[in-house]
Amino acid sequence: MTDLRADSLPPEGAPVRLWHRALRSRNFVIGAVLTLVFVLAALVSFVWTPFDVTGLDIANKIKPPSARNPLGTDHFGRDILSMIMVGARVSIAVAVVAVGIGMSFGVPLGLWAAARKGSLLDEVIMRGNDLVFAFPSLVIAIMITAIFGASAVNAIIAIGIFNIPVFARLTRSGALSLWQRDYILAARVAGKGSARISVEHILPNVTNLLIVQGTIQFSLGILAEAGLSYVGLGAQPPTPSWGRMLAESQTMISFAPHMALFPGLAILLTVLGLNLMGDGLRDLFDPKLRGRS
Amino acid sequence: MTFRYSTAGLSVAFALTASVAMAQSTGLTVGMQLEPPHLDPTSAAAGAIDSVLYSNVFEGLTRFGPDGSINPGLATSWDISEDGKVYTFHLAEGVTFHDGTTMDAEDVVFSLDRARAEDSVNAQKALFAGIESVEATDPLTVTVTLKTADGNFPFNMAWGDAVIVAPESIENIKTTPIGTGAFKFDNWVQGDSIHLVKNADYWGEPAILEEATFKFISDPTAAFAAMMAEDLDVFVAFPAPENLPQFDADPRFKVLIGSTEGETILAINNKLPPFDNVKVREAIAHAVNRQEIIDGAMFGYGTPIGTHFAPHHPDYVDLTEMSGYDPEKSKALLAEAGVTTPLKVKMTLPPPSYARRGGEIVAAELRAVGIEPEIENVEWAQWLEGTFKGKDYGLTIISHTEPLDINIYARPDYYFQYDNPEFQTLMTDLSAESDPAKRSEMFKQAQETIAKDYVNAYLFQLPLHTVAKVGVEGLWENAPTQATDLTAVSWSQ
Repeated sequence: MTDLRADSLPPEGAPVRLWHRALRSRNFVIGAVLTLVFVLAALVSFVWTPFDVTGLDIANKIKPPSARNPLGTDHFGRDILSMIMVGARVSIAVAVVAVGIGMSFGVPLGLWAAARKGSLLDEVIMRGNDLVFAFPSLVIAIMITAIFGASAVNAIIAIGIFNIPVFARLTRSGALSLWQRDYILAARVAGKGSARISVEHILPNVTNLLIVQGTIQFSLGILAEAGLSYVGLGAQPPTPSWGRMLAESQTMISFAPHMALFPGLAILLTVLGLNLMGDGLRDLFDPKLRGRS
Repeated sequence: MTFRYSTAGLSVAFALTASVAMAQSTGLTVGMQLEPPHLDPTSAAAGAIDSVLYSNVFEGLTRFGPDGSINPGLATSWDISEDGKVYTFHLAEGVTFHDGTTMDAEDVVFSLDRARAEDSVNAQKALFAGIESVEATDPLTVTVTLKTADGNFPFNMAWGDAVIVAPESIENIKTTPIGTGAFKFDNWVQGDSIHLVKNADYWGEPAILEEATFKFISDPTAAFAAMMAEDLDVFVAFPAPENLPQFDADPRFKVLIGSTEGETILAINNKLPPFDNVKVREAIAHAVNRQEIIDGAMFGYGTPIGTHFAPHHPDYVDLTEMSGYDPEKSKALLAEAGVTTPLKVKMTLPPPSYARRGGEIVAAELRAVGIEPEIENVEWAQWLEGTFKGKDYGLTIISHTEPLDINIYARPDYYFQYDNPEFQTLMTDLSAESDPAKRSEMFKQAQETIAKDYVNAYLFQLPLHTVAKVGVEGLWENAPTQATDLTAVSWSQ
């Protein structure tokens, strides 16, 4: 209990110590480096890519990695490195917005439900979440994109909707334990309303949880986007996307493995990086696990 | 010890292969991409129905040969009157349907009247439009009177849409097709396969195979895997041309490269501004680099075409020069037409790889001249509903696999909405003409007209890639119509 409270109300100088601890966490460092590489690749792609990804060069199709094209070319002669860089942009954008949707709806819902624990409202919100949870997310995402048309925007919405209950539940359970605290009682005695308490005292103390979960959801978002593009329901051509690159290289895997290998690795490393980073962050934020790893 | 074990293993292996070969010599498993929606070739445009049933289960008065020639079918011969209006078909003797009922002139009358009836749902009603009356003169003679002379009538009767069906079995034809062919329909596991068995009572040359199974595998990767695992003996119209060199290099398989009647076109919605302006359509035609599309989408397989006509047809005119690749000319034409670039246009692409890949290449080529296609990948059902029926598109890529189908340009309500009265008159005259020399001249004129009007951008003739196990003989190399005729297929020993 004492430990938790200390964490809830961090003493002065804590951010510096957290940073030092972070650099000593192997998971966090590896994860952060991997994530950073892809974020940088995506950012650089806005100003520069080795080749134009919309221009086709049929004469140079299916070339293995070389000095000219470090990761080879695809079946249209496009540079795979450039496509992965631009594809990172789509993946990251979809994941960021999807997590954003999840958080901006899920967190207020969770806070609200926790503040009215046991009421009809709490039941309605949480059973509503269960309802969304009960459906297989990818199938619903396919349905949404099939009805409203395949595009990156619809993919974002479809993935985002399924992030809402994740954040709502997490926020509610975190908030419920906080509502028992003495300092919340003190705030109530001071006359603060439950909305104000939620925002001023509860929210800051569930942020750690949200960051960790956000990182994990981010990686799931990238996977979901890749999955949707793989079945042709994500970003439409000519916008490169990792999932579609995989799908298109499928029939050529036996004679041009590089075409599937590199986008596959891009997905793998990004998701791995985000998960490691999430793990690392959890270890950092959760004092109970601190001594054990 | 090791040696003895291995020889034992070898002999077991030999015994196994021998028994497998024995089993194979009587049956054939054929893979194809599309499953038929139902099994009535006389009431749907879906080519997959004919791919399974044409000539195997259902037969018409005449039939297509492997080279596209018109051969006798249920009619062993026919006479044409002096004025070319009356056809007298002499039917084969002793023909029975698979349910045991006899096939006679009454069935022919029934089939043709059903196809040309007011409420007929036949997908090719135009084939029967010229018929004035059909009469059964005697049980083995049918007299067909036409409104005007039509030299093409025996060709029309060879289509899968004109097969002979029986009134006794018409009710359940969509699930239980009863025809007169060398194979009988056995059963259909929806979503998986259709099983045919040899018709022991066949009236003509019986089939060599005892049974045949058509398996439907839509995913190209799965098709490749199934072929490599030898789950299939043949794959007709193999969907991934990039895998053909691997099959070719494998001693277990052979690859047949033939041609189809499939003119693959970049269809343009002629009524949608600014494509109602011929200059804009011409600009599109010049922006397209056929060789690049053939290399990029088809891995080099395909013959460039400059009009809606099969290059292997004797009347084909090579008009590819009229729409040669010239992006500068495209830009000039667009400027001349007063089009503000970039011009955004919706491009729908159905599932086959020629369309999906070809579409991406075409899109990149069009972007280079200032036309900005917005690609929309659609499934077949969506394509038929939205693009083909709804005409809600600007550009699309599709292969027209019907034989000699240039007359679709005479239908103003067809999905590309080309409305040229001159061309429509030409087609009417053509169908009335029976003099081969004049017909040939008119076909050439028709090809030139649509090329000059740049109705669509003509890309290439779709090749037919058949992958088969070594030992399968008698397969059609070309596809003069959509069919997988197994009546002459056998295993060589």
